[in-house]
Amino acid sequence: MATATAPAVATGGHEEHRTATGMSNTKLAMWIFLGSECLLFGGLISSYLLYKTRGSGLPVPTDVFDIPFTSVSSFVLLMSSMTMVLALSALRRGDEALSRVWTLATAMLGGVFIGGQVYEFTTFLREGLGFTTNPASSAFFTLTGFHGVHVALGITMLMSTFVMSSKGKLHQEQSETLEIVGLYWHFVDVVWIVLFTVVYLVPA
Amino acid sequence: MTATESVAETEATPDVHEHPSDWAYVKIAAILAVITGLEVSTYYVSIGKVLIPSLLVMMALKFWIVITWFMHLRFDGKIFKQLFLGGLFLAGVVFVVTLSTFQFWAS
Repeated sequence: MATATAPAVATGGHEEHRTATGMSNTKLAMWIFLGSECLLFGGLISSYLLYKTRGSGLPVPTDVFDIPFTSVSSFVLLMSSMTMVLALSALRRGDEALSRVWTLATAMLGGVFIGGQVYEFTTFLREGLGFTTNPASSAFFTLTGFHGVHVALGITMLMSTFVMSSKGKLHQEQSETLEIVGLYWHFVDVVWIVLFTVVYLVPA
Repeated sequence: MTATESVAETEATPDVHEHPSDWAYVKIAAILAVITGLEVSTYYVSIGKVLIPSLLVMMALKFWIVITWFMHLRFDGKIFKQLFLGGLFLAGVVFVVTLSTFQFWAS
């Protein structure tokens, strides 16, 4: 009789827990979650585009952007996606030590991005652009702030997998755990790809 | 083997697949870096009316490369792609409805 879950399969590429549908439940759940996250950011981006020029006579975010600085931050986050995928690739090969190195590198690059965002927000505040200055600033800080929180959560997840691996609780057989964290991390990266263009590069 | 077991076994066929090499991932990251460089260059070099369309095309290209290669949508089950693209489509609907509502029906 067919059961709801079948044992893990380790043929060829990598090992995953199989179900009656042939798909991993956790991976399926993550993709559904990411699909719903598209809606969240879709709403926030719409709000920003509606309010981005409503400055009420005060500075709007586009007046104070530092494009060269944000470009470096964007590059750092983009490269963190590469280190993330290299961490997963190493774990799938069974090279746990190298996987830990790439995982830590990913978390550190994420930390650099967050540090850059904190610096950017602080600079904006000094230039008179606070959260409640005008509708444009509120929409900007809400949108980029939500993204920053997602990056911070991603770093927490990465550090958790790093600690798990250091304690010998994350092996080749559990590579799907790192893959799930990786999916979340890459999603955070693709959201920034959109934000960088729509918020920073497209002229007001 | 019963018909039910046969169907369940067919459905449970694992979608085991080979993944790109590390070198391939590095090359993809290099392509993404080049596209980002081109995006940033539009801030310094005026390209007139094609600015916004070219920025949007480069953004879409980077987005597509990351989800297909780094998130493995190119290799994984179709259902994952459908779920994500479904969410993306709904986000697009929210985007269009919100902007058009404020554009056409705002007092």
